[in-house]
Amino acid sequence: MNWKTFFAMLARDAHVARRNAMQLFFQTFLQPLLFVFVFGKVMVSSGFMRPEYKNLLLPGIMAISMVFTGIWAVAMPLIAEFQWTREIEDRLLAPIDIHWIAVEKVVAGMIQALAAGVVVIPLAWLVLRPGVEIHVHQPLAFVAIVLLVAGFSACGGLALGCSMNQQHIGLMFSMVITPMIFFGCAYYPWSALKTFPILQKAVLINPLVYASEGLRGTLVPQFPHLSLVAVLVMLVVFDVLLLFVGLRQFDRKAVS
Amino acid sequence: MAVGIRTQDLRKVFNSAPPMAAGGIVARGDAKGSKQPKPQTTALDGLSLEVAPGEVFGLLGPNGAGKSTTVGVLTTRVRQTSGQAWIGEHDVLQDQAAVKYLIGVVPQRPNLDFSLTAREILVFHGAYFGIGSKQRNERADALLEKFKLTDRSNQMVRGFSGGMMQRLSIARAMMHDPQVLFLDEPSAGLDPQTRILLWEIIGEYNRAGKTILLTTHNMEEADALCHRLAIVDHGRMIAVGTPKELKSSIPGGYLLRLRFSSVPAGLLDRLKSLTGVSEVKPAESGADVYSDRGGSLIGEVASVVAAAGAELSDVHISEPSLENLFLHHTGRSLRD
Repeated sequence: MNWKTFFAMLARDAHVARRNAMQLFFQTFLQPLLFVFVFGKVMVSSGFMRPEYKNLLLPGIMAISMVFTGIWAVAMPLIAEFQWTREIEDRLLAPIDIHWIAVEKVVAGMIQALAAGVVVIPLAWLVLRPGVEIHVHQPLAFVAIVLLVAGFSACGGLALGCSMNQQHIGLMFSMVITPMIFFGCAYYPWSALKTFPILQKAVLINPLVYASEGLRGTLVPQFPHLSLVAVLVMLVVFDVLLLFVGLRQFDRKAVS
Repeated sequence: MAVGIRTQDLRKVFNSAPPMAAGGIVARGDAKGSKQPKPQTTALDGLSLEVAPGEVFGLLGPNGAGKSTTVGVLTTRVRQTSGQAWIGEHDVLQDQAAVKYLIGVVPQRPNLDFSLTAREILVFHGAYFGIGSKQRNERADALLEKFKLTDRSNQMVRGFSGGMMQRLSIARAMMHDPQVLFLDEPSAGLDPQTRILLWEIIGEYNRAGKTILLTTHNMEEADALCHRLAIVDHGRMIAVGTPKELKSSIPGGYLLRLRFSSVPAGLLDRLKSLTGVSEVKPAESGADVYSDRGGSLIGEVASVVAAAGAELSDVHISEPSLENLFLHHTGRSLRD
């Protein structure tokens, strides 16, 4: 394993991310913060929502920000770089096994997802205060969940980015991203779906559900949430599955 | 220590249209929803090649002949269906990281990293190859200077002209000082001045003991640069040798492409009997005549044709060239 090459590629991604920092910032945080403002602030202060909703919302917003940053950070550059300009070619010709290039992309995506998670909490807190309390009740489980969430989102970005062409980005939004957000239990707990039993089962294939429920279970355990053991198991399953699919798709795209 | 290149019985069958990187220009059929089997394209059909260390070797052939696929296999970018390829002692399929240290690749179409500036492209490339910070910065500056890109070094490459991108691609390929340099159609789309600069740089790099493999369908380039040439068509090697050897292998040297209003029986035999004519090949409504004379033969040809009751409708004379060689071996022009 050639660590020099690996870290040089990571440095390149960091350099490009720094250059696009403003764009990345708005891309990542504008939508969730507007949501926080409308539902956590406008709806609560006007009395349409109960004040506790603020606390319920926060872990969900963190989950959404992390998951979509992770997917985005890996998928979008890959789609562009595998497009007909083949920009990724200089890294495919770097002296390293090409699977490590995919792993490097995943690591870069995970770092960005973690950064998004760290940044969105104080931002959302600023919008929502007063009356929001955040405590990490189970630090170990929380760290494990955060890492696994960053992992599956970056691996998912790898799988998506290597399976799509530029002309399918719009389709990816409407077919993958939008249903994932709305059925991801980010804005409501999973138990709220009990009146829709079929839907409640169906959403379990959405990894965002485990991200939202896991963060809810470790940050605001007073609300109903899935068992943390089930969450951890499913997150590991999604991490492994998406990494496997992502590496296979990457290989197919990279070598003809 | 110079490094050679070898392939043995390389075969590559693409199950879909070959990717652009492999140079295949195949119309992409809309196969969605149809039950038809995927179209298969045989890009390489048992190609064996040996390039000596320190040699400038040219692959010559028309579009779709398999040149870029050969380069793709040798540079780890295309996985062969069968056969083996080596760079020096290293099997390309088994030993990819070691092979990638040894090679530099200039693709047919520039594939520069559009998120970086010209200088950053070179510096990061050096970093991927583990070159220390000071050394890679110095080398990047030297290459930018050499390729006349210093004044654009801190600009994003998105706005570069085709020629500038091509120069930067070559600079990038040389950045880690590879022992073997692959150039896929290096002068396609370059203006004559840049082409001369490029030829000089390639020659200089070769004199430093490096092996160079280039693909081209430009005769002049092959003639000017290559120690040896292989003519490739339909994924097979048709002929190999020095440009001079290859040219002298054409019977006669001169080629007269004749077209007639009609082809009466016996005309071709009568043409064959003219002094200096070594071979007459029938062609569509005409004949290709190989001879050791060019223009001085036309008068005699015209009278023979007239005597046979036909009329000359077109005459084209070419001097001994690789183009003629290609035509002789394949029956079609390099530009077809």
